[in-house]
Amino acid sequence: MAKIGTDDWVARSGERRDDGSGWRKLLARADARVGWWQRLALVTLIGLIAGQLLTNVNVQTVAFNSLLYAILALGLNIAVGWAGLLDLSYIAFFGFGAYGYAVFSSTAFGSDGSGGVHLPAIESIPIVLVAAGAVGVIIGLIALRLSGDYLAIVTLFVGQAFMEVVNNVDPGTLGGVNGLFGLDPLHSFGGRVESPLGFYYLALAMTVALAGILHLLDTSRTGRAWRALRDDPLAAAAMTIPVKKLKVMAFSFGAVVGALAGTLFAAQQDTVFPTNFTANVLILIYACLVLGGVGSIAGAIAGGLVVTIGEQLLSSPNDAGYLFYGLIVIALVTRIRPWRQLAAVLAAVLAFGFAAHAIVGAISSSAVAGSPGSGGWIGSAVRDYVIVPANPATYGNILYVVLICALVAIVRLHGTRRLLAVIPTVYIAACCWESRLIVNPSITTQIMIGAILIVTMAARPQGLLGTPRVETVQA
Amino acid sequence: MTEFIQTIVNGLTTGCLYALIALGYTMVYGVLKLLNFAHGDVYMVGAFIGYFVMHWFGGPTAIAIPVPLLLLVMFALASIGCGLLGMAMERFAYRPLRDAPRIAPLITALGISFVLENTVLLLFGGFTRSYQTESFVSPASGIHLGGVTIDTVQIMIIVVSVLMMLGLIQIVHRTTLGKSMRAVASDREAAEMLGINVNRTIALTFFIGSAMAGIAGVMSGLAFDQITNTIGFLAGLKAFTAAVVGGIGSIPGAMIGGIVIGLCESFSLSYISTQYSDLIVFGILIVVMLLRPQGIFGQRPLQKV
Repeated sequence: MAKIGTDDWVARSGERRDDGSGWRKLLARADARVGWWQRLALVTLIGLIAGQLLTNVNVQTVAFNSLLYAILALGLNIAVGWAGLLDLSYIAFFGFGAYGYAVFSSTAFGSDGSGGVHLPAIESIPIVLVAAGAVGVIIGLIALRLSGDYLAIVTLFVGQAFMEVVNNVDPGTLGGVNGLFGLDPLHSFGGRVESPLGFYYLALAMTVALAGILHLLDTSRTGRAWRALRDDPLAAAAMTIPVKKLKVMAFSFGAVVGALAGTLFAAQQDTVFPTNFTANVLILIYACLVLGGVGSIAGAIAGGLVVTIGEQLLSSPNDAGYLFYGLIVIALVTRIRPWRQLAAVLAAVLAFGFAAHAIVGAISSSAVAGSPGSGGWIGSAVRDYVIVPANPATYGNILYVVLICALVAIVRLHGTRRLLAVIPTVYIAACCWESRLIVNPSITTQIMIGAILIVTMAARPQGLLGTPRVETVQA
Repeated sequence: MTEFIQTIVNGLTTGCLYALIALGYTMVYGVLKLLNFAHGDVYMVGAFIGYFVMHWFGGPTAIAIPVPLLLLVMFALASIGCGLLGMAMERFAYRPLRDAPRIAPLITALGISFVLENTVLLLFGGFTRSYQTESFVSPASGIHLGGVTIDTVQIMIIVVSVLMMLGLIQIVHRTTLGKSMRAVASDREAAEMLGINVNRTIALTFFIGSAMAGIAGVMSGLAFDQITNTIGFLAGLKAFTAAVVGGIGSIPGAMIGGIVIGLCESFSLSYISTQYSDLIVFGILIVVMLLRPQGIFGQRPLQKV
């Protein structure tokens, strides 16, 4: 593979940093030996095996959703990751695809008594995709005049405008706030996809196909030109790269992928509502992409899986504990070295909690009268650890504010002081979690999604699987 | 004719609020070239602070202190609270990203906005709260000219906004802080070399901008009566439109832009359509962007290689 568009010094930064010991190096070597299509085949195989193992209908739906978000993140990556355009209208294309599929496969056009249009998927989906691409070109043309931040706000308005349109324009056809329902199942050539497992396999096929196509696109002339555009539009233009054409292309390609995900979403949901396409969903897609690694195909897919599965875990009180305590342990294990210090901190965290619980319990038994929000064995394990009063709402709110202050303080501290500050902070986090956060899983999810964006950008801008970039300093 | 003048009055009132929020956008953009998406949510936090201050002093129906004093306390605490929030945001979220790729602080800003909105939801719940302004500011008071009513809250909004804008202009043009703000805006590195404390200047810029958003939040609570944790999004968007229409980075531009947007919105509300007023504001933004991307008062930036 020719090294075009890669700075050698940057490309070898990993090697320089690597101390060359242990399993990491082995893994990296194995990783370097595997070609992209072998990886894709491996992912497909894992997906197929997973499909065979998923017997629970709910789990199948979660699996479908995670693949759906992987597809969405892949599409968002085209404009944001490769071309470097902060596209906030992406959600509108997701909605456009969903509504497009919905009007062509329901009674939406049937107000004159004709029963509506019921196209097979093989006809309706291409129509929707072409239309989405065309709208993407229009938005892209508007965006040409704008750069950076202006672009972000105009595209944010496009998303808002989409909501206004589906809510207010022609409620007879688009259903207004009530949305459209009773959509046909996905059908073509006499076959139809209806079961959750069927949708899972369909989404898997689409994800794999898209990942392959996008990889080819990424390594093509166009892909390199996009990256040149992202790093410095002016220099790219000086190198005769057609900047305008590429920007419009990035928008419309992203729009098509978003619309594709939309059709899949509408077909699986059987309904579409305006509230499916709010800014919250957009931020969720951004969280997938940013966590996985902006600009990386594998990262986009991984981000989609991790965020959706995490969201699912959070919504069940028995499983949310695994996620929360797991994250704390991972954070401590990866950030604190050497292991003696780590062991000391962990022991101190445990001792601190039990001691605090015992002391508060001795002073006032009502202060520890509440039961932790976690269910299952985690709930019983932390019963004598965290302080949860009988009426935890206000107490939890105060703890939440204290927790944020403590986290902010930790960022400012260094060395031993930071280690000492970690101990009460972890304990406060646990108390706050058990008394307040786990009680409102939907809000907690949103806060965590926002936190993912902030923390990833500050601590690891390349995400989980992305490659670090050097930014040229601009005057 | 009466309706026309009333529409102008209403438009001026909302326009002043948009202008106050837009000033925060424009100042931060000026010194950092950063679009602070979370600014709209700072405004929302201001509205909540005002609400809780009012309830500390007995609630809208049984206020323990004179009403003008209460308003003063609400403004003071909301502006200090929001100012500190803005400084904290800058210190912990934006400062580490100052030399990162342009897209990074934008994504962080989205994250902050989301966290703020949901933190308020977690702490105070998602239901709509009412300021119940009419129970302590009599709706009958104010100026009545023919059929046109300018109620006390509207007068207060216009007066306070104009005073704050004049004050801001004084700060920017007459004080050392304002001088260093202008220096940092025109060239951060050069300003640093000349001995200007850049971090402090940026932090104070965030403080002033967020404090004005906080005051705008309290005033919007008084004028529109209802606050929820989601009011920041749309207000922020419109204020940003105002900043862009006026020319982002330009302080008089933000003021004029805010009033233009407020008037457009109020005219489309009373003469065109209540449903599409947001779309009309959006249309204005697109047209301005296409015809005059630098806004009314902005200067076309020189591209440097």
